[in-house]
Amino acid sequence: MQSSKQFVHKSVVYSISTLLFLPILATFIYSLSSSWGATILPDGFSFKWYNALLTDPRFIDAFGRSLLICLSALLLATVLVLPMIFVVFYYYPKLDKVMNLLILLPFAVPPVVSSVGLLQLYAGSSIQLIGTPWILIATYFTIALPFMYRAVANSFTAINLKDLIDAAHLLGASTTKAFLLIILPNLKKGLLASLFLSFSFLLGEFVFANILVGTRYETLQIYLYNMRQTSGHFTSALVMTYFAFIFLCTWLASRLTRGTNQ
Amino acid sequence: MNSKTISLATQVNNEPKQSSLLLILHQYKPALWLIPFALFFYLFQIAPMIWVFINSFIYEGNWSLENYQEIFDSTFILQSFSNSIWISFWSSLVGLMLAAFFVSSLRHLNNRLKEAIIAFTNMSSNFAGVPLAFAFIIILGTNGAVTLLLKQWGLIEDFNLYSRWGLLTLYTYFQIPLGILLLYPAFDALKKDAYEAALLLGSSPFKYWIKIGLPILSPALLGTFIILFANAIGAYASVYALTSGNYNMITIRVASLVSGDLFLEPNLAAAISVLLMLLLFFITAINQWLIARSCYAK
Repeated sequence: MQSSKQFVHKSVVYSISTLLFLPILATFIYSLSSSWGATILPDGFSFKWYNALLTDPRFIDAFGRSLLICLSALLLATVLVLPMIFVVFYYYPKLDKVMNLLILLPFAVPPVVSSVGLLQLYAGSSIQLIGTPWILIATYFTIALPFMYRAVANSFTAINLKDLIDAAHLLGASTTKAFLLIILPNLKKGLLASLFLSFSFLLGEFVFANILVGTRYETLQIYLYNMRQTSGHFTSALVMTYFAFIFLCTWLASRLTRGTNQ
Repeated sequence: MNSKTISLATQVNNEPKQSSLLLILHQYKPALWLIPFALFFYLFQIAPMIWVFINSFIYEGNWSLENYQEIFDSTFILQSFSNSIWISFWSSLVGLMLAAFFVSSLRHLNNRLKEAIIAFTNMSSNFAGVPLAFAFIIILGTNGAVTLLLKQWGLIEDFNLYSRWGLLTLYTYFQIPLGILLLYPAFDALKKDAYEAALLLGSSPFKYWIKIGLPILSPALLGTFIILFANAIGAYASVYALTSGNYNMITIRVASLVSGDLFLEPNLAAAISVLLMLLLFFITAINQWLIARSCYAK
């Protein structure tokens, strides 16, 4: 009785997992096969598509641009969000409720809707924003915000903020110094985990990149989209390379969060 | 919190008058640190929303409801709404059901396996957008491996990935991992002793789920459904990459009205956006009302 039940549960879990895994596996096999026409199994295997991808300067450029935009956006987000959360938690704890509502906005408003407003607001601005990486860096900050706020706010509730700062004050440190030397090291894990998570999310962002900038500054996702007419094997190799990168980031994020729980 | 503000206030009152202004400034100095954040958040999150809202009521420079009138007069735009709602509703429902079965079974597996599978689900939730559309073309496209396999087995006559059923499959796929991640903690509310007690009192497992399990889970299931629905209705990348913008959905319409090659009508796009947000708001409100009525809500 018990073992037959276990069998049912296992088969449910495994069949749905297989369903989820199938597209990833198929893309992987496709990227490794030399050709795969109108047949169920590929004809032969080779690394030539990865070779073609990694020697394509356009891919290297697009990847570099994506990295630059995502890292700049995360840097901007860290600089803006960290002092904000500290001030909220130390001086105005009541604002936390307001913030929890505000950070829902980037989730609740579909990117397509935001981009309508962004496009019209900044299309005619004196500083060229639309079509440049700057607009992406600024909008990506709003995407990273909910992840960062939640993770860092959790770290703040876990430490004894008031007592730590008071002790630092008693010992003669300024609030800024206490924040940098005492609070910041305590937030490191939560912050890093949220950064890796946001990074993998931002790297996959397509809507803003396509509508606000498009081919004028080709990022990884735009490059991927533009390559859709070329060989499916080539795009598969591209998807797998991208996915391996994402996998690394989520793995690092989960390792870090597990570290905080223990 | 309260006692702190009171003590601060008395402190201010006790200080000599000439420095009181300075003190008030000093008191609000920490708030200055909020300004850069508030500025960026306003410029790139709030301001675009305000623009969309205001300009949806402006037609050729005048205040009017013309944009909304145009939407309700256009069968093409109305079709995009019905397509989006249809796909979002069914993909959320099917995704939610599969996720619920998955999570309830997952809880019976041993811990190591559970952790590994949750980590995998976490990872596969990132497999979305353009890469997902490409993967689907490879396996379910006209010459895709799975399409050919199913045809050979005689299970399907033909499968068109670029139709509503194809899109429904794609949408359901990206709903499942999200549903699992959202539902997984909620199932903690089901206590094992409740199940055993129900069986001892002569209930069948089926009856247990109908009378005890599902009612306890209902707030979580409804909440997850709403998030999945919002996720689906706002999705753009995968359907755009799959059909090059040829399938009529709300997000595709909005994007083509602001960044297409011809017929740019940002104010009409704004009106469609406002309706989309209203739809989301309406569904969330119904959901909140249902949850509030449920006696199992916390």
